[in-house]
Amino acid sequence: MNKLLTISPSPHLYQGDSVRKIMYSVIFALLPALVWSFIVFGMPAVILTLTSVASCLVVEWAIQKYMLKTTPSINDGSAVITGILLAMNMPAGLPVWMIVIGALVAIGVGKMSFGGLGQNPFNPALVGRVFLLISYPVQMTTWPNITNSGVDSVTEATPLALIKEGVNSGQTVPQIMENIPAYRELLLGNFSGSLGEVSAALLILGLLYMLIKKVVTWHIPVTTLATMFVFAAILWKANPEQFADPLFHILTGGAMLGAIFMATDYSSSPMSKSGQIVYSIGIGVITICIRTWGAYPEGISFAILIMNAFTPLINNYMKPKRFGEK
Amino acid sequence: MLKTFKKGGVHPSHNKLTAQKPIEQLPLPKTATFINTQHIGAPSKILVKRGDEIKVGQLIAESGGFVSANIHSSVSGKVAKIDSVIDSGGYRKDAVLINVEGDVWEESIDRSSTLITETSLDKTEIIKKINKAGIVGMGGATFPTHVKLSPPPGMKADLVIINGVECEPYLTSDHRLMLEKGEELMVGITLLIKALGTERAIIGIENNKPDAIEHLKALSKKYKNIEVCPLKVKYPQGSEKHLIKAITGREVPSGGLPIAVGTVVNNVATAISVYEAVMKNKPLIERVVTVTGKHLAQPSNFYVRLGTPVSTLIEAAGGLPENTAKVISGGPMMGRSMVNLGVPVTKGMSGILVFDDAEGHRKPVKSCIRCGRCIVACPMGLEPHLLMTLSEKQMWEKAEEEKIMNCIECGSCSFTCPSNRPLLDYIRLGKSTFGAIIRNRK
Repeated sequence: MNKLLTISPSPHLYQGDSVRKIMYSVIFALLPALVWSFIVFGMPAVILTLTSVASCLVVEWAIQKYMLKTTPSINDGSAVITGILLAMNMPAGLPVWMIVIGALVAIGVGKMSFGGLGQNPFNPALVGRVFLLISYPVQMTTWPNITNSGVDSVTEATPLALIKEGVNSGQTVPQIMENIPAYRELLLGNFSGSLGEVSAALLILGLLYMLIKKVVTWHIPVTTLATMFVFAAILWKANPEQFADPLFHILTGGAMLGAIFMATDYSSSPMSKSGQIVYSIGIGVITICIRTWGAYPEGISFAILIMNAFTPLINNYMKPKRFGEK
Repeated sequence: MLKTFKKGGVHPSHNKLTAQKPIEQLPLPKTATFINTQHIGAPSKILVKRGDEIKVGQLIAESGGFVSANIHSSVSGKVAKIDSVIDSGGYRKDAVLINVEGDVWEESIDRSSTLITETSLDKTEIIKKINKAGIVGMGGATFPTHVKLSPPPGMKADLVIINGVECEPYLTSDHRLMLEKGEELMVGITLLIKALGTERAIIGIENNKPDAIEHLKALSKKYKNIEVCPLKVKYPQGSEKHLIKAITGREVPSGGLPIAVGTVVNNVATAISVYEAVMKNKPLIERVVTVTGKHLAQPSNFYVRLGTPVSTLIEAAGGLPENTAKVISGGPMMGRSMVNLGVPVTKGMSGILVFDDAEGHRKPVKSCIRCGRCIVACPMGLEPHLLMTLSEKQMWEKAEEEKIMNCIECGSCSFTCPSNRPLLDYIRLGKSTFGAIIRNRK
């Protein structure tokens, strides 16, 4: 035989999944909610999202090419996800130049400074969002009024903000609730908020797709939402005048987006299933604490970043059960 | 609910191309090569010299210790030379090369096909005969069978498990044996039960072989102490530890042998060889080899004499396809890719798998995205991504703390990795380096 045989250690068979396939599955799962936000918020949302994705790609490409001097790998889809998630965390009326800064911080600081894909200790999109929230608090909390079509100078508060302001000014929760859309509207997404906050139902649809595709497991999203629900339910049972009910908590704000798409980021969440449960319980508890007693109406992005910081510790202590060991 | 082990495992496509192909007898080779290490343990001592006349079944290399095995000639003829040859793992080993002349068998071997079911031999005599016949685990691990059947003092088996799982994709040699030599298998199992003094035996078969399950269930009606246990398909269920876990729920302690939980596992081909050795005086000189691959003209199951060159088997299966890139001894998950096709068939070679360019090459390695799939896939509850990093950084002690030595090298981690990371390669490096550290300490 004139051709040499290939020698390699086993296994000789591979499942054939790739990073790219996984990333594009996540993008596909995000699409229903994203498209819905385009319908609700109109052209500004489209421009915001496209700018965000483009900025993320350019920043990653430039850093890889000119600073790290490696072959750019922006086609793996991960920067696109960061771009979409960043946009979904913004109010539609945000000035476009701001999201460019957000993308720079998300990819440049949140991702590439730690070594790129798989190395980031914090969710890059959240790093970008929190940077903008702290730097430009006014623009970041100015929500367009969706009762008129498209964005309008009239602004509308989000349900969570209404609760926070109301309770702080001495109103009871049932009184405030009269001004808040019904749960069916919250589920379907007929209220104001960030791009990705508005449709719980479509985000759940994305989760189902990712579960079927085995991109994520149920552990993080379900545990996070369940923890929020249980913790909120305890508070609500204790004092329904003071605290909002649990269903309200999981249907509003970034709860769904955070639990399904942000907390599940591979590199910033624990790897063992037991670790993921601990991590998600942490997110759920901290979110409700910030929403109830904190200065901000919404706290899931802070909660996820805080638990991201605990991930290495959780990875170190929550080991899978070893076969044959006690 | 079918039984299986709970933690980890993967589902490669079965690709059992030869499941419906009856076992064919392959003609005698022109020369046969007998490597002196066809088993785990000490190499056998070669007894013959150049020019010696050899008969089929004659002892040509004797066991080199307790954990070792006799080797018999599978052909008759003249010893051409004693030389070193390359084995399927790529190592040079001493071997006896015999030029085949005729087919003259030792008189003591019963070559008839009559089924013998009764024997007056006792436990020690059975084990002695198995030892003499050079029988080793034929599923691929090649652990000498007489050692398995002689538990250390203070340990006792209460259950014999017969491994008919054949969880490696492509391979069908055990499947065909169960269908075609079921009667012999049953008698072999009764001999194993007798040798170990256990109450009963359970045959574990994966559910993708319904015909074998049916057939053996029907045959086992005649034997009160033999049961068939269908199992859910999952790789690596053929691993001893995982088969025991699947069938009995018992967990072999880390670093321990199956006997620690009162079980002894033997492969179906081994059990049939036990029958032949004890009832027919036939040493281990032949075995079934699946020769397969999607691009082979006639993938087949061959009954071959040990020592036959792999190239002869591939010729019989239609010849080596033009675009062949890799030839594997064993299955695709744990088999070894061979350096050349002159390698002879050995006791543990259950299959020969031919891969083309597309199947035979690895994809470029990307960075770890920490998806955790390797942790989910690992049937030993390890963290392959971590073990790989520790090996890369040469942190051997830390790798040991993370139980790197527990790895059974099933390859589920590398199989499942979306970034094509060579997880198992580095874990093997870590295992062998740490193994050397332990040996140097002593």
